[in-house]
Amino acid sequence: MTRWVIELPVDASDRRIARLAALAIGLTLAEAAIPSPVPGIKPGLANIVILLVLWQYGWRAAAWVSVLRVLAGSLLLGTLFAPGFWLSAAGALASLVVLGVAQYLPRRWFGPVALSVLAAFAHLGGQLALAMGWLLPGAALLKLLPLFAAAALIFGAINGVVTAQLLAVDSPDKRQSRPCPTP
Amino acid sequence: MLLRAGDIGVLLAGGLAVAWSIWLAWGSERGETAIIRAGGQIVETAALNRTRQYSVSGPLGITRIDIEPGRARVAADPSPRQRCVKQGWLTQAGSAALCLPNQVSLEIRGQTAAYDTLGY
Repeated sequence: MTRWVIELPVDASDRRIARLAALAIGLTLAEAAIPSPVPGIKPGLANIVILLVLWQYGWRAAAWVSVLRVLAGSLLLGTLFAPGFWLSAAGALASLVVLGVAQYLPRRWFGPVALSVLAAFAHLGGQLALAMGWLLPGAALLKLLPLFAAAALIFGAINGVVTAQLLAVDSPDKRQSRPCPTP
Repeated sequence: MLLRAGDIGVLLAGGLAVAWSIWLAWGSERGETAIIRAGGQIVETAALNRTRQYSVSGPLGITRIDIEPGRARVAADPSPRQRCVKQGWLTQAGSAALCLPNQVSLEIRGQTAAYDTLGY
């Protein structure tokens, strides 16, 4: 009898990606509970995790976390392969492509806020391209473009500031919050 | 350091993109011609290029219409509620003032007609 064992070696980076993807999925689920006045406008909190991963572990890890988040998030929400899933995937892929280019911007001048806003607009672009090309061709989706663009700008900036704040807290030499002095 | 120089640049570019999208999606065309109808029939088609006045008669009396460069209005109308007069100056293509009791209408058109037809 032959023993057939497929060894799947799991290293620290795999565990890290799984942990961060779980975090992103958690944020996706939490966000799905927030009602939105216009369908399609969401804060995109999971992108904070993607940006953190990109900033600290590089684009490959960020792409893994993003793809896992879209797949597992929609699986948990019950929208796998539904239109919402494809919109989500198109947005995530477009922003990954843009982040893949934008990560080479000099970090001296371009911080997480720039990457976040660029990724948010890319997300919008990817979703809109899919929606207008496939889901709602010829629809008056263009009339909502200013709302979507404003949401991308505002939420992109907020997520970027949150990411920058988390990164600043994370690096011990630039710790922003100190323990309160006891009286 | 939360915001770096490039971040501010990207934010400004994003603001410009939002402004451009507003112009693209919500900006409507300036009107170019005024079409005046009485009883459903076109009585006058006037380019919005110089100041003029038209008087159109309907069942209740005379409706006076002012044309000025880029805008037009119903200046006076015998209708009891004066709705078309209160609309004031019309500038955007596709807008219209209807004086229903006197059966007079003023419609602004641009280069391209926003609608094939309007039924009242």
